[in-house]
Amino acid sequence: MATVAASPSYARPAASEKEGFMAWLTTTDHKKIGTLYLHTSLFFFIFGGLEAVLMRWQLMKPNQTIVTADQFNQLFTMHGTTMVFLAIMPLSAAFFNYLIPLQLGARDVAFPRLNAFSYWVYLLGGIFITLPILFWVAPDGGWFAYAPLSGRTYSPAINMDFWVLGIQILGISSLAAAFNFATTIINMRAPGMNLMRMPMFTWMSFVTQFLIILAFPVITIALVFLQFDRFFGTNFYQVSAGADPLLWQHLFWVFGHPEVYILILPAFGLVSEVLPTNSKKPLFGYGVMAYSGILIGFLGFGVWAHHMFSVGMGPVGDTVFSLTTMLIAIPTGVKIFNWIFTMWGGSIRFTAAMKFAIGLIALFTIGGISGITHSSPPSDLQQTDTYYIVAHFHYVLFGGAIMGIFSGIYHYFPKMYGRYMDERLGTWHFWLNFISMNLTFFPMHYSGLLGMPRRIYTYDTAQGWDTFNMLSTIGAFLLMPATLIFIWNFFKSKKGGEPAPANAWDAATLEWSIPSPPPEYNFAKIPVVHSRYPLWDLTHPERTKDVPHTDEGMRHTGEHDVVDMHIETERRTAKELGIPMPSSTIKPFWTALGIVVMFTGLLIMPHNKMAGLVGIFTGAAMLVGFLYAWLTTPLEEHH
Amino acid sequence: MRETDRSGRPIPTSVLSLGVPPLVTAHAHAAPAAHSGGHEEHHHYTTTGLDNRKIAIWAFIGSECMLFASLISTYLIYKGRSLVGPFPHTEWTNPQTGQVFKPILNIPVTSFSTFVLLMSSLAMVLALAAVQNKDNPLPANAGLGDRMLASSKLWLWATCILGAMFLACQAYEFTSFVHEGLTIKTNLFGSTFFTLTGFHGAHVTAGVIWLGTLLAIDYKRGLGPKDALNVDLAALYWHFVDVIWIAIFTLLYLIPD
Repeated sequence: MATVAASPSYARPAASEKEGFMAWLTTTDHKKIGTLYLHTSLFFFIFGGLEAVLMRWQLMKPNQTIVTADQFNQLFTMHGTTMVFLAIMPLSAAFFNYLIPLQLGARDVAFPRLNAFSYWVYLLGGIFITLPILFWVAPDGGWFAYAPLSGRTYSPAINMDFWVLGIQILGISSLAAAFNFATTIINMRAPGMNLMRMPMFTWMSFVTQFLIILAFPVITIALVFLQFDRFFGTNFYQVSAGADPLLWQHLFWVFGHPEVYILILPAFGLVSEVLPTNSKKPLFGYGVMAYSGILIGFLGFGVWAHHMFSVGMGPVGDTVFSLTTMLIAIPTGVKIFNWIFTMWGGSIRFTAAMKFAIGLIALFTIGGISGITHSSPPSDLQQTDTYYIVAHFHYVLFGGAIMGIFSGIYHYFPKMYGRYMDERLGTWHFWLNFISMNLTFFPMHYSGLLGMPRRIYTYDTAQGWDTFNMLSTIGAFLLMPATLIFIWNFFKSKKGGEPAPANAWDAATLEWSIPSPPPEYNFAKIPVVHSRYPLWDLTHPERTKDVPHTDEGMRHTGEHDVVDMHIETERRTAKELGIPMPSSTIKPFWTALGIVVMFTGLLIMPHNKMAGLVGIFTGAAMLVGFLYAWLTTPLEEHH
Repeated sequence: MRETDRSGRPIPTSVLSLGVPPLVTAHAHAAPAAHSGGHEEHHHYTTTGLDNRKIAIWAFIGSECMLFASLISTYLIYKGRSLVGPFPHTEWTNPQTGQVFKPILNIPVTSFSTFVLLMSSLAMVLALAAVQNKDNPLPANAGLGDRMLASSKLWLWATCILGAMFLACQAYEFTSFVHEGLTIKTNLFGSTFFTLTGFHGAHVTAGVIWLGTLLAIDYKRGLGPKDALNVDLAALYWHFVDVIWIAIFTLLYLIPD
């Protein structure tokens, strides 16, 4: 069957599709929830970016007074917190939502209402933790909130309460989503899609879900301790009661280092989709790519104390964590080489997505190499708490995760909206972003090695830092127009971009076999999968002739709507096709709101006990009541 | 013979290759004819043949392991590091007042409550079996024992009551500790002890409530094989909470400083 003509499929929304505010509030469609995640996290990405720009403005020249020291503390705390928990993680979640069911050949995630719940907890928790910066009462203890500094003794005000409770709320969202996606990937693959036929993005997402499932409980407990210390006077981080000042650091980084891979692995997955598609070649070393992702996830739990070399763990601890850190560079390096070999000999199409993907390879490599330099404790002692570290993690998170996510947005935009993004503006965005990103963060290697500490709100002149800071600030200012171009392109293309066909990039995986944007039910007929590149088997058999194909493990489900791999062009409603869809429901929203009300009650407890208790009990009642209503209502309407 | 699931489809062999035991007994025992009438919910094909909820509860239990691992590790790290008493296993004299505090843990009472909680797991297993076999008619000569084993209400009640007894022991323990001068604020032992065992108690409470809802359904319309999965999920959670207590009991109560 030929690919579809460039018919503007967006022009015919399915008849039953509801639009408007309530439709979004009650949706259980993974694609709509993915869209909600995307827009919300882009908003927080810009918000966190503006916080960074304000900091760079303050540091542009020595002895400036754009913001006060206290405001600067809030800015760097909220910049880190926003980017990690409210921008990069949910940007990845946007792709998990949108892509995982499509790549698996499923009609939704395993638990559609739990999925809506995750989003609403994220949104409300994001508002909870972000609002205080507008009144300069935001958290001010760093995104790592080291206790005892973040305890009541040294941070008596409400600022850190927002952080402790806010991160706890966001953890609920991440965990609920992780159970959901892990189950989806294990249990909802189309017939024939065994694990070694899964698209690489889904593979990396799979590893990420396990990292979330195993790492978030640790921060939950660390936060419970801190919460109890701050609200109920316990001694977990009270050094005067004999507590270990390193307990928080250990618990935090047991979570915090896997968290780093939670941020980067989905981006690795995205570029692993973009590179083969635009090189017109299968992914080089598919198996090794999957295994190295698993290995990264596994080793990611064994390197946490390299964040703590300066506390003096002794030679044995330092050596072990130094070695594991060097070890984890191997699977990461394997990935870099496999991407390069994927492009090698390919017929490369330089789309905006491809440029960002190549940008990731280049910039993540720089960040990876500077990372190796602080895997060695003696050299780390020179670098720790300096701008060199800031340079390192921005190369891996901005140069890595964000570049990968931009690549994914350009690549998957036609699938989401049925229209291409503007390639010319995309190229402008890429080059401006690439140049100003390097201009911002490369000089930080120098200012850091010259001894400039992190988290200082100003510095004196004549220490050799002035030029580097000026360059960094110019770079940060230039990132604003770069991002503006992207935002303009994003919204302009949604309305008036060039119409895209189902398989917008002539790609190989299941999500491209259905109309763009996909109908509510995704697949009218569930395809039987025989290989890793099912669409190329149909359209470009020469590309996949060397990929091992086997029908081993094939089985038929006996369901009436399972057919051989095909391309769907028709767009009908689920009702017409008799496909049961989850009903819309507002209960997940109210349940999520109940949780946030509960935490808000706890927040105001120390200031007004009565109001606090009212909040806690109102929230708990909402949570229990709506959860009960939710669990006693069936998922699907009967047609 | 190949096993089939509820609607007669063969269970894919990958169930076995995943290392997951074929826990689809809930499906396998369900006679399709017994409840084919009326509005049956739509049954989705799944890759493993297991219900999604079954996979999710295992993922959840994995996550809970890390939760309790963090709590228990913190307890062990802080073991013996409290600056003031009372202490769990040793006597302490307050240097200011000269007041003597005996070792605070009451091992006999907790041994009893541990026994109670372990027995509740047995009752849970019998409750699940009773639900799964609800459609199998009792033989004509069934004795009292057979009829007891077939009663899901009896075993759900037993599980709930044993769980509640455990909680009552914990409430007794907590109040007596407070009377003896140990609160969550007193020292590192108090903070870690009350938080760890309190978290476990909260889990038991949630389990009792969960089982209570199953009991309510049993009284309302009777639990049958089609509900076996729901009971199975609660049972998995209940056994997990039980297993965690074995670790806590050993590490906190049985191993001296």
